[in-house]
Amino acid sequence: MTYLSDVVALTRKDLRVELRARDTLPAMLLFVLSSLVVFHFALPEEAGDEAAYGLLWVAIVFTALLGLTRAWVPEHEHGVLDGLVLAPCDRSAIWLGKTFATLAFLLAAQAVALPAFVLLFAPLDAAAVAGVLLADLGICAVGSLLAAMAAAGRARELLLPLLFLPLAIPLVVGGVGSAISSEPEQYLLFLALYDAVFAVLSWASFEYVVTE
Amino acid sequence: MGAAIVLGLLVAPEDADQGISQRIFYIHVPIALTSYFCFGLGAWKALLLLWRADQRYDLESYVAIHQGTIFGALTLITGSIWAKASWGVWWTWSSNQLVLFLVLFLFYCAYFMLRFSLEDGPRRARSSAVYALFGIVLIPVSFLAIRLAEDFVHPTVFTREGPQMTATMFVAFCVSWAAVTLLAYVLYRVELAGKRLDAGLRELREAIG
Amino acid sequence: MIRARGLEKRYGRRRVLTGIDLDVENGSFLVVTGPNGSGKTTLLRLLAGLAAPTRGRLEVDVDRGRLGFLGHEPLVYRELTALENLDLYGRLYRVRERRERIGMLLERFGLWDERNERVGTYSRGMTQRLALCRTLLHDPELLVLDEPYSSLDEMGAAQLDRELGGLSHTRALVVSTHDPARLEPLATGRLALA
Repeated sequence: MTYLSDVVALTRKDLRVELRARDTLPAMLLFVLSSLVVFHFALPEEAGDEAAYGLLWVAIVFTALLGLTRAWVPEHEHGVLDGLVLAPCDRSAIWLGKTFATLAFLLAAQAVALPAFVLLFAPLDAAAVAGVLLADLGICAVGSLLAAMAAAGRARELLLPLLFLPLAIPLVVGGVGSAISSEPEQYLLFLALYDAVFAVLSWASFEYVVTE
Repeated sequence: MGAAIVLGLLVAPEDADQGISQRIFYIHVPIALTSYFCFGLGAWKALLLLWRADQRYDLESYVAIHQGTIFGALTLITGSIWAKASWGVWWTWSSNQLVLFLVLFLFYCAYFMLRFSLEDGPRRARSSAVYALFGIVLIPVSFLAIRLAEDFVHPTVFTREGPQMTATMFVAFCVSWAAVTLLAYVLYRVELAGKRLDAGLRELREAIG
Repeated sequence: MIRARGLEKRYGRRRVLTGIDLDVENGSFLVVTGPNGSGKTTLLRLLAGLAAPTRGRLEVDVDRGRLGFLGHEPLVYRELTALENLDLYGRLYRVRERRERIGMLLERFGLWDERNERVGTYSRGMTQRLALCRTLLHDPELLVLDEPYSSLDEMGAAQLDRELGGLSHTRALVVSTHDPARLEPLATGRLALA
């Protein structure tokens, strides 16, 4: 029970910090909308809806990266991460709290982006949206861990995309597949599998990334 | 000495077949398999590092992954040559194996970027180990993803020739595989020894100076 | 409580600490001194468990919930208020009667009036005082303090004197400082790093 209350306390902390600092979420919103507009000009006339879905996923991945790069910044000001690591709570709770908070921001950005996409490009059915939601879980779970890894070194903004993109490829496959395929179930199942496997792996290994 | 044996063995399979595309197959597939094996070894050593907290495993994991990446690059190159020989193009997205290796190659290149950006020490060892474990899990997941992507990414234009091997070809293949594995093992030991020597020398220099 | 033999810490090629031995028991007050760059901060981080020694043996018998660490950094969120920061740490450290304890510490360190201001608006002295509140919040058995007097004004330093005096016989303390004379009356052991 204390584990859950730790996670809740940490998630609330992250949401509160972002609500006050107000730098990450507006940037993500602006970025995703700007990307959609760029895509309009990048797509040739005859490109079908399918190409648009592909570009939607590119936008999602890079917007997520924007959010993830900033995810641990509050912890690195004033050395706060040390403070959290020193506490008797489970270190994985720190990761879980951060993952939930990042997920909240990503969902908020998508709550604007997806309707905009439907308006500007192509319709999204339930399977497509389900794909987005499932992929979001994977993105945030893996991304939070990798962001913590990258943050310990130099050139962290450069390193995180390099670490993250290969791992994001299966998510893009799942997401695009659930949007355009006539049998989206297999893609949704695949996304759920990815989430399960990588979330557990991230949860278990976070401890090793933040301690010596 | 090991290298001489290996080279000798590598030459042998070339006699037993016809056509360059088949010949490349004898090298390409063993190299790919060896690459997987190296990544697996790297992940195993990484697990041992996290589990036993013995820094020794860091170097072993790193060298294994280094070898895996080198063989991975060779897989891509030989695969590209095979594609050119079989289908006339230097690259095709319809070869699942090639695409998988491209993804893995990018992933493990990022591994080296990670190591480069962190300072030497237990932090770097642990983060590298965790990333190595992610890599090994990524292999089957990516494979599945690529299979799923077949349906919509690019239509399969080229028919893939599954190797229909006669008995002698099979033997030649196994010999080649053994040879490449042996080569990889030798390179692994050599690089590991070299790196340990470097570390030992550095420590000596510091103790003196 | 702490037992260290032959501690050594290296960062890449740089050797920061060599051959450190020390023992700290309950009731001890170890004062660590040394010029900048001598490894004081590194040593204290090792003792707190934030870093692992490259060589040597280190046994710290205290679990995380009973250890209080004050580093160079205050370890508080700039965007949160003092109250919110301490509430978070209070939850994570399972502090009993959290609200009362937070109120008491804020008052003792003269931060009660500013408890609802964001830490980003605090002066360095105030931030350091908040950091001290954070360190003492869960009533730790072992305190590891890295230059706690830095950035403190007269009032804050006087309060810290009082706190350390009160804790010195009932807890174990390891404190690094540039001003050993101030802590001399409380010290039971001294370690000078080169």
